[in-house]
Amino acid sequence: MNPTTDVKTYSGFRLATIFCMVILYAPLIVVTIYSFNASNSITVWKGLSFRWYVDVFIGPESTKFKQAAFNSFSIAFIAGTLATCIATAAATAIVRGGQYRLRTPSLGLITLPIMVPEIVLAVATLIFFNSIGFTRGYLTILIAHTAFCIPFAYLPIQARMQGIEDSFEHAAMDLYATRSQAFRRILLPLMLPGIISGFLLAFIVSLDDFIITNFVKGAGIETLPTAIFGSVKQGLKPNIMAISTMLLCLSIVMVTISYFISKWDKTK
Amino acid sequence: MKDKTDIAVEIQAAVKRYGNFTALHRISLSIRDNEFFTLLGPSGCGKTTLLRLIAGFEDVSEGQIYLFGDEIDTLPPHKRSVNTVFQNYALFPHMSVLQNVAFGLEMQGKSLSKARKRAGEMLELVQLSQYANRKPAQMSGGQQQRVALARALAPQPKVLLLDEPLSALDLKLRKAMQLELKHIQRETGITFIFVTHDQEEALTMSDRIAVMSNGALQQLGAPRDIYEQPHNMFVADFIGDTNLLEVTVEAISDGDAKCRIDDSHALICPAVETVVVGARLHLSIRPERMILTEEANANQSFKGTVVENIFIGTDITTIVKLETGSQITVRTSNSDRGSKRIIDVGHDAFVNMEVGAARLLAD
Ligand SMILES: Nc1ncnc2c1ncn2[C@@H]1O[C@H](COP(=O)(O)OP(=O)(O)OP(=O)(O)O)[C@@H](O)[C@H]1O
Ligand SMILES: [Mg+2]
Repeated sequence: MNPTTDVKTYSGFRLATIFCMVILYAPLIVVTIYSFNASNSITVWKGLSFRWYVDVFIGPESTKFKQAAFNSFSIAFIAGTLATCIATAAATAIVRGGQYRLRTPSLGLITLPIMVPEIVLAVATLIFFNSIGFTRGYLTILIAHTAFCIPFAYLPIQARMQGIEDSFEHAAMDLYATRSQAFRRILLPLMLPGIISGFLLAFIVSLDDFIITNFVKGAGIETLPTAIFGSVKQGLKPNIMAISTMLLCLSIVMVTISYFISKWDKTK
Repeated sequence: MKDKTDIAVEIQAAVKRYGNFTALHRISLSIRDNEFFTLLGPSGCGKTTLLRLIAGFEDVSEGQIYLFGDEIDTLPPHKRSVNTVFQNYALFPHMSVLQNVAFGLEMQGKSLSKARKRAGEMLELVQLSQYANRKPAQMSGGQQQRVALARALAPQPKVLLLDEPLSALDLKLRKAMQLELKHIQRETGITFIFVTHDQEEALTMSDRIAVMSNGALQQLGAPRDIYEQPHNMFVADFIGDTNLLEVTVEAISDGDAKCRIDDSHALICPAVETVVVGARLHLSIRPERMILTEEANANQSFKGTVVENIFIGTDITTIVKLETGSQITVRTSNSDRGSKRIIDVGHDAFVNMEVGAARLLAD
């Protein structure tokens, strides 16, 4: 690299980098470390222990958390799957549908929800369910999650699809495959890394959503984020840190898998 | 209508438009069964477009296409018994070489084991049996080209379309593949429609050539006819090297035209149908059909000065500047050197044309 443009030569670069990293990661590190604290207090260190992890699973709040976790994971799985299917269909239509006038607008419409403040979406979704007289509960959360997960699932799928030349489908159809055979045998396998990566992203986004869930969930049903929030309101206990750390690990694992799968090349 | 079994592909007044742009202007062509037929033309002249019309990836705007007498221009690609070797090969990257070759057979409804067996035979034909389980990305360009060929041939199409299949290969491999393709075509007896922008390749391989430019057919004929009797300026200039001389037609008699080159020179050559007395047209004279001498030996010789001698292996190309100001290229075969002396740069020379060497061109 040209040394005059190398940012490392600017004075204070190292300091600024460290500062940013600390701001970004210090809270996460603190939470992770203190989740292994033996103490009842969240600020006083009393030695290493797994008691709060045990507490999450068999402690007084464990039934609540288990139910919330079940809701969260099942919603994330179903909503992620539905969103991925819809996103795959959308990407196929938009990338392969040829040149039509509404192509750019439709792409914008699909990805816009990522940019819209979540609170606006939350309120809008709530009003929507109210106005059609839908009783709030598990199903409303599922529908809302499916909807807002679509753009997250869509982006990696579209990125993958744009890299696939349409000559493969032409070749398949030239070799006597019908349109749907060409899609199943050629396009789908080539898109698969994008689809998996889109699903994982949608899954994670659904799993840790709080705002929209909090608006559309009915009374008596909790997902992990809302359950954690409810628990925190009654006082911060170290078992929250244990749950948070577990969620953090899960997110890191899934984002990493998603990253590697999107780079995954089946041609080798 | 000609004999149904004799004509593999019949294109009747095919027009292709993209919006306001006309990519093909009323092309009519008959491609015979068992023929190695070449579409030749510069980049952008519509060769790929014509292939895509035959394969079915594009619809004709006007006109009809027949495959062995059956109209196919409204059928989707998978219902046309025509296979394509794509310009970029388009091998399925997630399938092994064997799976690629077997794909068309499977889609035809053959059982997996039958498809695999025949795919194996096809790989043998292109000498790639040992690579059956590799992925396309692990093969060289030349090998991929052969896989693409095997894949397109495996379902035994009635016609094989090849879109510049050799353009990505280096010269040596290209020459080898030209021979191999020709050999495979003879062996399988399948009609090949081959696209290239390389005139030498077209001359080497084809039974017949259709020369195209700007979406229109310029000339159709055997390689030799096209080379020796080009119809117009474009064909004469595009196929091989040639000298173009501007002439005025002075007289026409018995199908011969007297063409005046300058005050002291005129040539008699076969007239083209459209020619009229007084027209300003061009003569095409191939460089190898002229002889250089130090002395004038006939009234058909042109005086000039040697500007350059270029050694190109089998031949020597000499550029002569004529008294009239125009430059002429003369090619002397190296084996003739004993009889035809090389004249050094700067010396006077006379350019003599063989009888019948000059061709009068329309437009
Ligand atoms: N989908 C399309 N839309 C608009 N114009 C097109 C389209 N496809 C081809 N063309 C135009 O049609 C003309 C012929 O294109 P074609 O691809 O047939 O050329 P070609 O002879 O195969 O050239 P090359 O040797 O470079 O492959 C070109 O001018 C091209 O710009
Ligand atoms: Mg082309």
